[in-house]
This record gives sequence, structure tokens and C-alpha cells, in this order.
Amino acid sequence: MKEEFTLSIFSENHVGLLNQITNVFTRRNLNIESLTTSESAIAGIHKFTIVVFSTREEIEKVAKQIEKKIDVIKAFVLTADEIIHQEIALYKVPTKALLDGNQIEGLVRQYGARILEVTPEYTVIEKTGHKAETQELFEKMDKYGVVQFTRSGRIAITKSKAELLDNYLRKMELDRQNVN
Amino acid sequence: METQFQTMMKEKSKEAIRMTGAEALVRSLLMEGTEIIFGYPGGAIMPVYDALYSFQNDVHHVLVRHEQGAVHAAQGYARVTGKVGVAIVTSGPGATNAVTGIADAMIDSTPLVVISGQVGSLLLGTDAFQETDVVGITQPVTKWNIQVKKAEDIPGAIARAFYIARSGRPGPVLIDITKDAQFANLDFAYEPIKYIRSYKPVPVVDTQQIEAAAQLINLSKKPLALVGQGVILGGAEKELTEFLEKTGIPAAWTLLGLSALPTDHPLNVGMLGMHGNYGPNIKTNEADLIIAIGMRFDDRVTGNLSTYATNAKVIHLEIDDAEINKNVHADVPVLGNVKDSLPMLTEKVTANTHDEWLEQFRACYRIEYDRIINKELYPIKTGLTMGEVIHRISSAFKDDAIMVTDVGQHQMMASRYFRFRQTRSVVTSGGLGTMGFGLPAAMGAKLGAPERPVCLFVGDGGFQMTIQELGTIFQTKIPVKIVLLNNNFLGMVRQWQELFFDSRYSFTELINPDFQTIAKGYFIESQKVTTREEIDDAIIKMVNHNGPYLLEVVVEKEGNVFPMVPSGASVSDIRLE
Repeated sequence: MKEEFTLSIFSENHVGLLNQITNVFTRRNLNIESLTTSESAIAGIHKFTIVVFSTREEIEKVAKQIEKKIDVIKAFVLTADEIIHQEIALYKVPTKALLDGNQIEGLVRQYGARILEVTPEYTVIEKTGHKAETQELFEKMDKYGVVQFTRSGRIAITKSKAELLDNYLRKMELDRQNVN
Repeated sequence: METQFQTMMKEKSKEAIRMTGAEALVRSLLMEGTEIIFGYPGGAIMPVYDALYSFQNDVHHVLVRHEQGAVHAAQGYARVTGKVGVAIVTSGPGATNAVTGIADAMIDSTPLVVISGQVGSLLLGTDAFQETDVVGITQPVTKWNIQVKKAEDIPGAIARAFYIARSGRPGPVLIDITKDAQFANLDFAYEPIKYIRSYKPVPVVDTQQIEAAAQLINLSKKPLALVGQGVILGGAEKELTEFLEKTGIPAAWTLLGLSALPTDHPLNVGMLGMHGNYGPNIKTNEADLIIAIGMRFDDRVTGNLSTYATNAKVIHLEIDDAEINKNVHADVPVLGNVKDSLPMLTEKVTANTHDEWLEQFRACYRIEYDRIINKELYPIKTGLTMGEVIHRISSAFKDDAIMVTDVGQHQMMASRYFRFRQTRSVVTSGGLGTMGFGLPAAMGAKLGAPERPVCLFVGDGGFQMTIQELGTIFQTKIPVKIVLLNNNFLGMVRQWQELFFDSRYSFTELINPDFQTIAKGYFIESQKVTTREEIDDAIIKMVNHNGPYLLEVVVEKEGNVFPMVPSGASVSDIRLE
């Protein structure tokens, strides 16, 4: 059965690594739903968060094939109940639409969105949340003319108390000392 | 063992020496023990070739005729020596020509360091002359690759490359070096690498898994061991034999596991897979326990996965975690180098024999012998069969030559009928099935093991894919024995056309040149044989000839390789005819 998985991948910051990682999905003809990447909390270590629909069996194989890349430190497979995750969405609406009634203002309040910038021509509204939520707001607001809409990939944090990577790095450091 | 160069460098002061990136590259290769380089010069790698000119006494550079040949030769060298093969090519077409060999080394776990020249760093991304994104192109077919744009990064990149190529599950590494980095100066000091934070080459064996595996083995009535190349790569042949002999478990091998166990070992029950032996295939589905040792359940071994080893629990001894549960579910995965895990397992298992079970394999062999092997090795028909030629040649080399093959019918026949006494005696393209692999790989094998006879079996199709390497064999005086099994057909494809495409021989018949004339053009001694009466004398002549030799044997035009597990069928549906 296919379900949604979030892969949390930690790696060295090596040129071309994004390509190496996405290639594992391409080879298996797996579509990436969303992907974000940036430096992690640990200096020099990069984090990729990838959302994908797959079976448990396949995603575990994918994770192992990603982990096999020399510069990848660890790939964690996480399900929706193991993480807290967010996405950010930006909406651009004509300021006129905002002034013409109180519907947009009502939506902003109702959805916990906020207004980032107002100019005579347009207003930019921001909402964070799950995809379904940002999508719902888009559909409601679009009735009043959304000029531009953009949504980020997912970022996620695990619910477990211990930081998975920290433990792993500590173990690696011990291994290194054993080698030398 | 330390090379002369390494000793010399150690004696010198530890102070850094000023030199060009190109010279630092060559010195780094020497520091890693490189004895031989297969290569082909060109614009973007010229500074390195200029540096090599000064090191001709320290390293043997073999000038090939095509970059694909350079990589296959490096593979042949690596496979027989266990050392890292080194190839140097130029940018653009030089690098793209190397890709087939790199992909072949990747899928067959062969340690290589391939150096490619690149255009100057200021020209990168501008579609400059002979510029290609070789790092991008080779990313899916290398274990690791990197582009180096600064001279001072060269020694570190080489150290990393060798460590990655040879450690854990070996594989090819590519280093792309811009021309300006080759020209620029640096302070050279060399430090080998022993550790990379994000890379764990050899997992530590879990003793609990060993316990669990030993328990399954002790309970098993019909165990079957599957021997893969992991045994050879791990240097665990002795550990394998000890394990098998204590437990009495019959052992079958994959194509790349061939020669890990001597042919005449009483527990050796033959080859697995599509053209493997009858017993190991059919008994896979009767076994109650499969012990996979350094192998990866390739589809050519397993056939249809849903009907594979249906009655068996599976123990999988493997160094690469990504192979565990990839194709076949492992009830007990044992991660680690089989050189470590096998002795731990041997210690825990109780001594046993499986005479009755083993006898079933012998019974299968007798069936296969009557129906196939006897006819192939001692035919009564007029035409020469590939099997009888291979069988006779194996005997002429006292069953102790290094066998190199190309890809196709002759490859399967050679794997079935050539015999072996010692390990690392097989060089063949398994996973990628690269036609044209054989001739250059044989050169590398011979240069890697000059004291052993190297015998190449090649078909008329594959021979013509890299036939220009006859020039390298002539120039470098590489005494390989080339046995051309010529049926004037792309035999394996023709066989499939006969069996699965109503004998519609679509573009598989070859009208060939006179190979004797070609050999003569390269000043390589040769003989052509068409009848059974001539064959033995011709073989003796080839074996005794001092230097390279081409023996062309015209074999029957439409011979087939059997047994055969048709593509997608179950191993138990193996066809004897």
C-alpha cells in the first residue's frame, strides 16, 4: 500500500549531491512530492527533506540506496505520525480586492494567515501549515482574484526526544577514534 | 607490499616539495602503489602526460587504442590482482568513451580510479572545445566522483579516491581535473586517507545475527550455499572452504563467484542462473535454507522472484546494506565482510554432512551430463561445439589458467566448461554484459598476473567491438592467448530469436572479415581451425607459443547454450533442451 513518507537526509555539503539523491528516485520512477534543502543545525551538515508516496518496502530500499552514497551521512524514513511538519505559502491579491469587502480579511483571520506587505496595487499574504490548509485558503481566496500563489516544500522535525542524527554522529566519532 | 617509490618517498624528508598539479597527481598515484596505468592522451590531460614522461621508470603506462579499452584493461588488472586499476583519459570524448567501462566496473564492484582531464576552470560551462560534464554523466555509474579545480586539492582527492575505490564494496571512482589545476603549482605532501565521516565501508558483524544464522543452519536438512564475488573481493576463499567443509553444505556459485571454490571441490555443485547447472537451479526451490554469501540475487540468478526459493529461509551475508532485502527477503541478514562473518559462523555451527542431499545434486548432474554436457563436450556431429573447444583448452592449460571472456554464448560456455584450481582466475563482464570487454580486459589481466597464462574466449561479435586493442597487444607485447569462437552470428541473440522469436534472425548474422589477415596486420601469430582433427595440435601450438596468439575456431553456426532458465521464468522451470 502506498502512503506518504518523509525522508530526512543528512549529508556532507558536496557539489552534486542533490543530483545523486534525486537520481535514486528517478531510477525507480518515483515522483518527488516536495523537496527542501538547507544547512542543518550542525555546521557543515546539510539536510534534505523529501516527501514521496511509496510503499514501506520500497522506501526502505530507497533510503538504503541513498545512504550508500559516500557523502550521505544518514537517511531517516519517517511517517506522518512521527513528525511535525510545515509548509509556507504566499498569496498575492490585488489590494483593491481586499478593500472591496471584508471577505479576504475574514479569511486571513479564519486561517491564521498574516499580511506581509501592502502596496497600492497588491497585498502579499502568508500562511504556514499543511498542504491541505494552504490549498484550501488558496481556493477560497482565489474567488477574489489571487494574482500569484506559491508554496514551499516541507520542513519537518521529529517527535522523538533524542535528535536522531546527534546519536549517530556520536557513534561515528567513536568509530573514527577506533580507526586511528 | 611497499613499492620502491613509496619507500623512497618515505626516506625523503617530510617537508613539502613545490611542484605542478600534474606532477603531484603522478606522485600521488605512485604513493598509492600504482604500478600500471592504462591511458590515452589528449588536449586537456597533456600536463599529466608531460609529467608521466619523467616517471617512466616508476610506473608502466600502457597506451591503449580507445578509452573504453583503457578502463576494461584496468578492470582486468584489478580483478586478477585485487588492487585498484588506474586509467587516465582526456576530456570530452575521452571521458565519454570511458563511461561504458566505468558502468561495468560499478555493477561488478571493481575498484578503479579513473582520471579525466577537463578544460580550464575559466572555460567550465561555456561549451568549450572537448568540454563535457563528465562528473554529471558518470555520477550514476561511479561509487564517487569529484571535479578538482585547484592544484592543492589534487593529492587529497587522489587519497580519497583510492580509499573509496578499494574499501568496503569496491567500485570505480572518477576524478575530473581541470587543465589549469594540472599546470598550477602546489606544495606536495601526501597523506593516505583511512576514514571518511559519512562513509562506513565495513559494517561490524552482529553476533546475534550470527547466532540466529547458526541456529537455522543447524536445523536445516537441505541447505544450499550461494557463493558470490564477495568471497573473492573479501579474500575469504579459505574461510568459505572451512565453513562448507564443517557443515557439509553444497555450494553453487554465481558467474562472478566462479573460481572462489576449486572446480573439483566435492561440495562444488556448479553454476547458478540462466545458463547455470541443472541441480543448483532446480534444487533452489527444494532447499529449506539458502545461505547467500557475498552475492546480490541478480535477476539472471533468480529468474522470477515470486517463485524463487519458495521453501527456503534465507541467510544473507553481505557487506552492502542496500543489497539486503533488495530482491530477496533475508530472514537473517548478516551485514559485514564475509571474511569476518564466515569464521564466526563456522565456529557456531555444528559439524555436519548432507550426503543424501548432496547425492541429489549428483543425480541432477548425471541427467544434465547425459542430456547436455556429453553432447557438448564429446559431440558426434561434424561441426565443432564451443564446449568441446573450451574443455580441451582448459585441459591444455592444466585447468590453471586465468579465463577472460567477452559476452554471449561463449561466455556462458566458458563459465560452464573451463575449470579452475585457484581463485581470481575469472575476468568476465557480469552485471553489465558488455560486449567488447574481453580483449582489453585480457590485456589488463595478463599485465596484472604475468606469471599466469591468460586465455581469452571471445565471439566474432564482441571481438570486433574492441578489436583495435590488438594494436596495444602488439605494441606492448602482451602475451595473451585469444580464442575466437567464430560462428558468424551474434550467437546469444540468435539463440533467443530461435527460441522466442520464431527463428526470425533479425540482423544477427555477421559477414566477417578474415581475422587471420587482421592478426597478421598487427604481427600477431594466428591459426584458423575448422575441423575436430586439427584442434588439439592448434591448441598445443597456442599454449606453447611465446607471445600473443590468436586461435580462431570456426564453430557450428547455430549451437545453443543449455540448460536455460527463460527470462522471467522460475528457476525450477529450467529447460534442458
